[in-house]
Amino acid sequence: MNLSRFLITVVATATVAVGVTACGGSDTSSSASTDAGAAVSGSIAIDGSSTVFPFAQAAAEEFQTKNPDAKVTVGESGTGGGFEKFCNGEIQIADASRSIKDEEIALCKKGSIKYSEVQIANDGIAIVTNKDLKITCMTTDQLKALWNKTSTVSNYKQLDPSFPDVKVSLFGPGTDSGTFDFFTDEINGEKGDTRKDYQPTEDDNVTVQGVSGEKGGLGYFGLSYYADNTDKLNLVAVNDGSGCVVPSDATVQDGSYKPLSRPLFMYINEADFTPAVKAFMGYVVDNADAIAKNAKIVAMTPAQQTEAKAALSKAEAGASGATTTTG
Amino acid sequence: MATNTQQIGSGSTGSRLRGQAFKIVLWLCITASVVLLCLLLVETLRDGIPGLTGTLFANFPSFNPAKAGLQSALMGTLWLMAVVIVFIVPVGVGTAIYLEEYADRNRWWNRLIEVNIQNLAAVPSIVYGILGLAFLVRGPASLGRTVLAGGLTLGLLVLPVVIITGREAIRAVPPSIREGSMALGATQWQTIWKQVLPASIPGMATGVILAISRAIGETAPLILVGAATFVAFNPSGLDSAFTALPLQIFNWLSQPQDEFKTLAAAGIIVLLVMLAGMNGIAVWLRNRYEQKW
Repeated sequence: MNLSRFLITVVATATVAVGVTACGGSDTSSSASTDAGAAVSGSIAIDGSSTVFPFAQAAAEEFQTKNPDAKVTVGESGTGGGFEKFCNGEIQIADASRSIKDEEIALCKKGSIKYSEVQIANDGIAIVTNKDLKITCMTTDQLKALWNKTSTVSNYKQLDPSFPDVKVSLFGPGTDSGTFDFFTDEINGEKGDTRKDYQPTEDDNVTVQGVSGEKGGLGYFGLSYYADNTDKLNLVAVNDGSGCVVPSDATVQDGSYKPLSRPLFMYINEADFTPAVKAFMGYVVDNADAIAKNAKIVAMTPAQQTEAKAALSKAEAGASGATTTTG
Repeated sequence: MATNTQQIGSGSTGSRLRGQAFKIVLWLCITASVVLLCLLLVETLRDGIPGLTGTLFANFPSFNPAKAGLQSALMGTLWLMAVVIVFIVPVGVGTAIYLEEYADRNRWWNRLIEVNIQNLAAVPSIVYGILGLAFLVRGPASLGRTVLAGGLTLGLLVLPVVIITGREAIRAVPPSIREGSMALGATQWQTIWKQVLPASIPGMATGVILAISRAIGETAPLILVGAATFVAFNPSGLDSAFTALPLQIFNWLSQPQDEFKTLAAAGIIVLLVMLAGMNGIAVWLRNRYEQKW
């Protein structure tokens, strides 16, 4: 009945709510100001590959404990989604599980974004089967026969008489995933070429559950997911003609686990190479080993790390060149 | 006449049986939904209660499950809700008043607006995300990936709900009240402000709270608008980067380590408590301000 009394209630509630959120806000700034030192400040926006996300998150977390005034945000909208934002100038660093594509280069040109590519880690795709499905090694031809668009393989015996007589049940990432692009390109010869009757998911945990739950379960995902599920899954070695190679940190780093190992990148916008981004990238490359360990992905070799450092200083030179020409 | 009443009273054996059967079917329906809900609740509570610790609220997201918390996500959600409320209450109530009290239904544009609002309520949330990205984050508004852009996008998403429930609430006020007010010499403005609006508060408040309850659980539009998944600081204002509870829960669910599942379940409990709290407020408001005519 009484409108003004109602309005007072609403305003009071809103004030309390704002007060609570405001307290949260001041909380950060006060804790931030305690540890200044030589720390950098400023915001860094990172987005892109979900494969690189754990790495970027681990890096951002450690970096922020050392530089409490730096505000790093990490998104995971996929390599393609990341490049779209990157070339639109919305983010400073794009996480990528592959090199930039021609269309994306054109997009960046249109947005007049000059970029540099820095490798930050390695990634390997693991082929896994159900614990009870004893397949120790598969050739790339067998993988292709199993996974390509026209495949009608329904029993593992059809691939190799020595394989168990078990019905095939497949799991893998959905089409948005960089892992999917990478696997279909390397195994089936064309990006996006895959048989349709498998269980696609963006969540690799679903693949873990599916493969471990079905007797004939076989799937693929990033090697790190296997490391957390060794008790539930059986790892398959891959033979691309030069013998069976079991995926491991070492075989992924030196590329001998062919063809399913790849480098992971961060792309930096040279025009937006702020002191904060500079400090962050320097931190990432210097501590790449420790970060990769935290993020449970395969670290760079010392040689790759040296190369990444070189790429970074070249980007720095390019960025300062850019500022002299514009300013 | 006499035979008629007899039929209404008892009915034939067949129709009585049908009546019984229908009742049983209804019972089964309600049991199925309640059992499912209970199962979900029990499962979530069992998984999540060990994760409801001080660290969960005190810490920011982390790659290390032992240190991970959801403070930034919780604060982000509270900020978003504040923006949503400030946006939808005046706009939604205003639209509802216009459509019910002022709009002339013989004009085609008013009918067009009505049909559009009803359709908008059924548009998938991801479409609002695209709208928010194109017009709020980029394009004309250029707000960037901020709390304000996220809140306005969610506000747009739930605005039709507020308008529709607001109109229902206004329509429920008997015309005799308006006529009485007018007859005593009040203007249309006075009638609306002093009679119609106060009487429709319970319905409107319920609509607003239901709308916020929907907004609080939305993930897809926020991902499109560019809420980051990892944000280790609380929003400092409307122009701040942010993350929200559903995003944090989704991210934890997709982590390989089992400890993150516990955290995700704990996050779901936090979200559920917030939802239940808001529904509680809705019930309270309804009872507090309800009128009998």
